Amino acid sequence: MLILAIDTSAVASAALVSDDAPESVLASFATEDTRTHAEVLAPGIDALLAEAGVSGHDVDAIVTGVGPGPFTGLRSGIVTARTLAFVWDKPLYGVMSLDAIALEVAESTDSAAEFIVATDARRKEVYWARYTLSDAQLPHLADGPHVGFAADLPDLPVYGAGAGIYSDVVKAVAEFSTRQPEALSLGQFALARLAAGEHLLDSTPLYLRESDAQVPGPRKRAL
Amino acid sequence: MNRTQPLVLGIESSCDETGVGIVRGTELLTNTVSSSMEEHVRFGGVIPEIASRAHLDAFVPTLQEALAEANVQLADIDAIAVTSGPGLAGALMVGVCAGKALAVATGKPLYAINHLVAHVGVGLLQQGTGTATSVSTPPAGSPPETLPDNMGALLVSGGHTEILRIRSITDDVELLGSTIDDAAGEAYDKVARLLGLGYPGGPAIDKLARTGNAKAIRFPRGLTQPKYMGTAEEPGPHRYDWSFSGLKTAVARCVEQFEARGETVPVADIAAAFQEAVVDVITSKAVLACRENGITEVLLGGGVAANSRLRQLTEQRCSAAGIRLTVPPLSLCTDNGAMVAALGAQLVMAGVEPSGIGFAPDSSMPVTTVSA
Ligand SMILES: [Zn+2]
Repeated sequence: MLILAIDTSAVASAALVSDDAPESVLASFATEDTRTHAEVLAPGIDALLAEAGVSGHDVDAIVTGVGPGPFTGLRSGIVTARTLAFVWDKPLYGVMSLDAIALEVAESTDSAAEFIVATDARRKEVYWARYTLSDAQLPHLADGPHVGFAADLPDLPVYGAGAGIYSDVVKAVAEFSTRQPEALSLGQFALARLAAGEHLLDSTPLYLRESDAQVPGPRKRAL
Repeated sequence: MNRTQPLVLGIESSCDETGVGIVRGTELLTNTVSSSMEEHVRFGGVIPEIASRAHLDAFVPTLQEALAEANVQLADIDAIAVTSGPGLAGALMVGVCAGKALAVATGKPLYAINHLVAHVGVGLLQQGTGTATSVSTPPAGSPPETLPDNMGALLVSGGHTEILRIRSITDDVELLGSTIDDAAGEAYDKVARLLGLGYPGGPAIDKLARTGNAKAIRFPRGLTQPKYMGTAEEPGPHRYDWSFSGLKTAVARCVEQFEARGETVPVADIAAAFQEAVVDVITSKAVLACRENGITEVLLGGGVAANSRLRQLTEQRCSAAGIRLTVPPLSLCTDNGAMVAALGAQLVMAGVEPSGIGFAPDSSMPVTTVSA
């Protein structure tokens, strides 16, 4: 199975993953930047397909990170994934973006049995979720995702860029303190879940916050 | 690529309408629009984040509907065009990313289009496709395939208020004047809220104004003092510009004064007087700009073109000044994908190179940039 995965919940990234490829990776890219998604994503995907010698017809499914993440960036990846899936007539799945980091934690040597993944939610908050690990299994999402202050997180080791920013108030795991969700891990996670017969999400974005709009109150009268 | 009668798909997402239109050369095949207007009603104005969320969910269904309605396959399309600015940044982002994804998925060339120039481009669509009508109609059977010389455009909507001069729709557009604060449509929304008339304000005020006395109160016409106007030889800093924020404040003060005196607020008179102030200053400055720049053909575009008094006074003053006025049907005046496709087709026919897929949306894209 060949999956094109896209995530723009923090940085812009895309990957071609396949269970036929070594380490399941055909090709991938990720930017450092969190604010140039509209410019870099489409050229990145185009180059990725060219590099792997793959066309839309060869892709079996498209996977998009559905956040949580800053809204404008998040939407750029989801609308890209939805459009590609529509034109190529391929199934489209969503994966919660923090799962990408959780999978990397599970595969690392210093993972804990229970941990938090956190990314930057701006406005002094983090997006976070709690995971549990048991032997040789995919990380299990036990709670979340949520948005809130870092200081209010459960007292567990915290992985991801959200931990690095607030290392004064959380147990940040140094090795992961700048880690952002990326399409490569996201796609590998999706591949493993589909192989295990598990369900994935649809492509509905996880905003976690309402729009800031306020319904205006009645106008004050002069008297 | 077919450069004589190109099949072009246009995408629009700069404000609260998700539009996909398809044209073949100057022939309109479909104009499919999904609006999030209803979702903004309770806020009394367009909320950018709500509009952006709606664009994300509306895009693929709108695209699907447009293709079905035009009976066109994506494989047959010659080029894709997308609004890349000006507009709401988050809203533009959705359409631009969708347009790029469409280009990647189909391998078709992509044009990044200026929204304001696209409002003018819609005037190039042929009549007889059941779409184009104009106020002073040219003889039937002679569709305008090219823009006339001495062409101008007056664009009035909730997002913009501009007077443009168009020497060439594909590469020579000049901004003669624009609002320096609120757009005219925005002023309507704010005043409608003040008067308790609901959203969108334009239709509500236009309707009520018919029963009011526009001369009962005189509201200020912004930027009309000599220091802003100057003379034709030595133009002031805002000779062709508008400002509506002072007008809005004047209406608020007026309402407060009636209330403070314990009198019934004459809502219809205020609506009529406000509308007269807006329409008077828009048309007088637009006609002045035309006369002083040798413009003899004007296209009226934007959602406020639906306003009965604006149409009436624009017609009257244009005809008095010997200016021929064209008003596209309302479905093509409000934001839509067909206008983007129409301008895209003009660029293709003029041999302009596509924009590629690396450009960024530009929320303040100048009219001098017709395509990125
Ligand atoms: Zn517009």
